Amino acid sequence: MVVSNNEINKTVAIVGTDAIAEAMRQIDPDVVAAYPITPQTAIVETFAQMVADGQVNTNYVPVESEHSAMSAAIGAAAAGARVMTATSSQGLALMWELLYIASGLRLPIVMPNVNRALSAPINIHCDHSDSMGARDTGWIQLFSENAQEAYDNTIQAMRIAEHSDVLLPVMILLDGFIISHAIDRMELLDDATVRKFVGTYKPEDSLLNASQPVTYGAFDGLYGYYFEFKRQQEEAMRNSIKVIREVGQEYGAISGRPYDLFESVGLDDAEFVIIALGSAAGTVRSEVECLRESGMPIGMIKLRVFRPFPAQELVAALAGKKAVAVLDRSDTFAANMGGPVFIELRSALYEVEKKPLLVNYVYGLGGRDLSVELVNKAANELAGIAQSGQVKQRVNYLGLRE
Amino acid sequence: MSWDITDIKNWDWRKHPRGAVIRDPGSAKQFKTGGWRSARPIWDEEKCSQCLLCFVLCPDSAIKARDEKITTFDYDFCKGCGICAYECPRDAISMVDEAEARKKEESEEGGP
Repeated sequence: MVVSNNEINKTVAIVGTDAIAEAMRQIDPDVVAAYPITPQTAIVETFAQMVADGQVNTNYVPVESEHSAMSAAIGAAAAGARVMTATSSQGLALMWELLYIASGLRLPIVMPNVNRALSAPINIHCDHSDSMGARDTGWIQLFSENAQEAYDNTIQAMRIAEHSDVLLPVMILLDGFIISHAIDRMELLDDATVRKFVGTYKPEDSLLNASQPVTYGAFDGLYGYYFEFKRQQEEAMRNSIKVIREVGQEYGAISGRPYDLFESVGLDDAEFVIIALGSAAGTVRSEVECLRESGMPIGMIKLRVFRPFPAQELVAALAGKKAVAVLDRSDTFAANMGGPVFIELRSALYEVEKKPLLVNYVYGLGGRDLSVELVNKAANELAGIAQSGQVKQRVNYLGLRE
Repeated sequence: MSWDITDIKNWDWRKHPRGAVIRDPGSAKQFKTGGWRSARPIWDEEKCSQCLLCFVLCPDSAIKARDEKITTFDYDFCKGCGICAYECPRDAISMVDEAEARKKEESEEGGP
């Protein structure tokens, strides 16, 4: 539904899955190989309709599983195509071994993953355990707060993935149902602007380039250079921080919506800070702004980029803060170590001499709602920690029935 | 594109082609795998009827033929699986212990 128009941005009210499908239509990838899974289904259904209606030139491969989806995506990307797919939860888990192959072969595949809990018990609702489980697969991971960001991240992902200093696959994360199935007011860029922004993909190596034939996926040999190739991947991940920022700035110039590694509220004067990612950031922001109005010296950071982990930048942003609460929508089951974001941040702060006190809140597993009341509870506890200088319980479960 | 890998064991991690891509396809023949062999096929040309079954069935293309005739067994790549000896209808190929065969070779050459 079109609400209003200007030259570049068109304001619409659409669900998150449609926002992703629109981005895919505008990118017009050479190949999409995908398998439907709740709550990602609407993305590939809508996109398949676009293919059937001739709105894109994409070669759409309907496969029989996510394992095949990623396998086909890898083959097509190695052949030199610009490739996308999309998945969720168990589907991402079924892609497991291929995720490492995509990043190991340095194939710039772009994949929205609609965050959903992993079984058991079977649960179709949002948490981040699917993509957090894939955090060490060598994929870049960009989190989205709403449909707008999911759309913007998808378009930027293409440029980040294909950058010659990076050449890594990118996962775009959006919260299942909360973002994927709720209607959001957002702005779409016009097709020409997106096409110009993503440009044409010119692979350095491709299986279909007969004038410079190459072999992809060969045995590493008995001499073994696997170690060297993994070090290259780590270097590419390090390079990606600069590229993500540059692409975010450039995207801002065309859309009016610049992107960085994370964004913040009230960091200048805040004494303590809440960190969140995904849709929870909206709830946290709303409550943090209320609390700031009532005089509480609180701030927030919304983490957009989880892989690479922007450790240096976060450490700099948190310099001088008394206490930090990290919200994690998944657990690591590492026995009182907390969620993945907490573990990473705690590690990043190790060398800092005057580090803030840290507290972790695991919340929202299996789609458990994060209400403003819960954020308020965490904020007040955080204020207490900052005041007393003591963390009574490092890992807490917010919204758990206990 | 020719690919000089003579010094590859000393390459810095940055020098390897990204994604372990091989820019010199067909270069697998530089990687001699015959060293894996523990049994060696010995071809008796006298008994051979040149049916070429072994040439067709060799999984490693290690049996060479020219003008419809077996010419040689390429021990740089033969892994000693014994399929050729098993399938030969004339028992013209026999499998011998590789270590023994090597010892014999060396004594014939007057080697160490």
